[in-house]
Amino acid sequence: MSAVSSNYKWIAFSTLVRKEVRRYMRLWVQTLVPPIITISLYFVIFGNLIGRRIGEMGGYSYMDFIVPGLILMSVINNAYANVVSSFFSQKFQRNVEELLVSPVPNYVILIGFVVGGSTRGLIVGFIAGMAAMFFSGFYMHNFFIAVTVVLLSSLVFSLGGFINAIYANKFDDITIIPTFILTPLIYLGGVFYSTELLPDFWRGISLLNPIFYMVDAFRFGILGVSDVNIIYALLILLIFAVALFSFALYLLHKGKGLRS
Amino acid sequence: MTIAISIKDLHKTYDNGHVALKGINLEVTEGDFFALLGANGAGKSTTIGIIATLVRKSAGTVEVFGKNVDANSYETKLDLGIVPQEVNFSLFEKVYDICVTQGGYYGLPRKIAEERSEKYLKKLGLWDKKDQQGRNLSGGMKRRLLIARALIHEPRLLILDEPTAGVDIELRRSTWKFLQDINKSGTTIILTTHYLEEAENLCRNIAIIDQGEIVENTSMRALLKKLDTETFILDSRDDLAQAPVLNGYTVEQIDAHSMEVTLDKDQDINEVFALLDQQGIKIKSMRNKTNRLEQLFVSLLQQSGERNIYLDQEPD
Repeated sequence: MSAVSSNYKWIAFSTLVRKEVRRYMRLWVQTLVPPIITISLYFVIFGNLIGRRIGEMGGYSYMDFIVPGLILMSVINNAYANVVSSFFSQKFQRNVEELLVSPVPNYVILIGFVVGGSTRGLIVGFIAGMAAMFFSGFYMHNFFIAVTVVLLSSLVFSLGGFINAIYANKFDDITIIPTFILTPLIYLGGVFYSTELLPDFWRGISLLNPIFYMVDAFRFGILGVSDVNIIYALLILLIFAVALFSFALYLLHKGKGLRS
Repeated sequence: MTIAISIKDLHKTYDNGHVALKGINLEVTEGDFFALLGANGAGKSTTIGIIATLVRKSAGTVEVFGKNVDANSYETKLDLGIVPQEVNFSLFEKVYDICVTQGGYYGLPRKIAEERSEKYLKKLGLWDKKDQQGRNLSGGMKRRLLIARALIHEPRLLILDEPTAGVDIELRRSTWKFLQDINKSGTTIILTTHYLEEAENLCRNIAIIDQGEIVENTSMRALLKKLDTETFILDSRDDLAQAPVLNGYTVEQIDAHSMEVTLDKDQDINEVFALLDQQGIKIKSMRNKTNRLEQLFVSLLQQSGERNIYLDQEPD
């Protein structure tokens, strides 16, 4: 016991992140390859084949226009999927008890899973970005904003995945949110179109979609075009991140779905 | 005398209304090898779950080495090692990684976590399996891995919930030897077990829990003294035509070579041998008919609840 380090929280955190990274690296055929294939198909079909007939959007070719949204979609999907499946599996197999009986504080558990999930989102996003360069030009309007948005988005959706996993009781429960909520929000979040094309009513509805702000802000960082004020978009992202983190931490403290 | 664990007036009512614990009081001193026995659903696992913070108590206090588990979660968890009843490590992780990761959760620098993993995997005969995934281990190996994992941070108090359930006899005995060794080296051990022979062989003190209440809490020796009668099976060297008549003793013939002799607690087995010798009957071997603790356990629980006890059921 005397061997316990004074910076035990950092050791516990890095152990947890290492475990999470090891998990998705071990399953790389399931975790890293499919998103790359999917996004490449999007580039080929929507960007290249159909996009050529659409023409320009926001002052860029359609392919260039959809690249930021598709990269962000990969980040969001993978960050969410990693945390929801990893944490729920650990809950289901009960090996989350390893953590619960240990002295790791709840916030370290939460940050560990979120960072683990975010790294997967960021790796997939990076590979998607590399793949995009085969189909479109390289743009970087504002590196700081692009990186901030991608980090905050992966954080927000990792937290979303964590909360989903806490409430889930069976494997069906971890597919319901991605299928019926996340996917529609992504597709209606301006990945494939500018909201300026929408009638006022639907444009107003789009403003209620948090993913719209993420895509719009990221597109601003990459291309320099946006439909809403960038500060406003970043603020919305930050509010979501803080609110979801607080709620997830509250659930952990309550032991929701973890302690009987 | 340091108290390793102190449980006071511990209550637990689950959300579905089931009352699992009805005010348990228990103290285990440092260095003890303590048995917590009870039938299925008696409250053993709930008690351990509360100590491990996996179950939220309804009322009462739990202190580990004088520190309240609620107020001093960090310190008390460092002192505690838990071996759960069911396998709860990741089945897809390698054996070595499972142990090293657990060390990390307890704040051990990686080098020390690796050294400890090697030490305990070797002691428990799992070192040659270190690169295998947990799911590929046999049932007995999985149980030993649970023990190795719980010891990585070298806790002062080790709690084992049915550690040898489903393990073959040879493995069970080697696990007993290992537990006796770490107890001798100073680790306090609390054991719940399905095998009463295990409790009798290993533990110095014992508590029996029934329907959420402690019905007995004493030393193993004092408890076994409570047996009113004890039945032995004696194997004779030569054929027995009939059961010998021994004044003051109940004797029943089992077959041509063996008989059952029942003694009251104030009678002496040496007198039985003397009486048999006078009749020219030589005894080759002798054994208890039933495990003494089992006999007591059943009688205690029947007294306390007058209910059926099925010792062969799966543990709770």
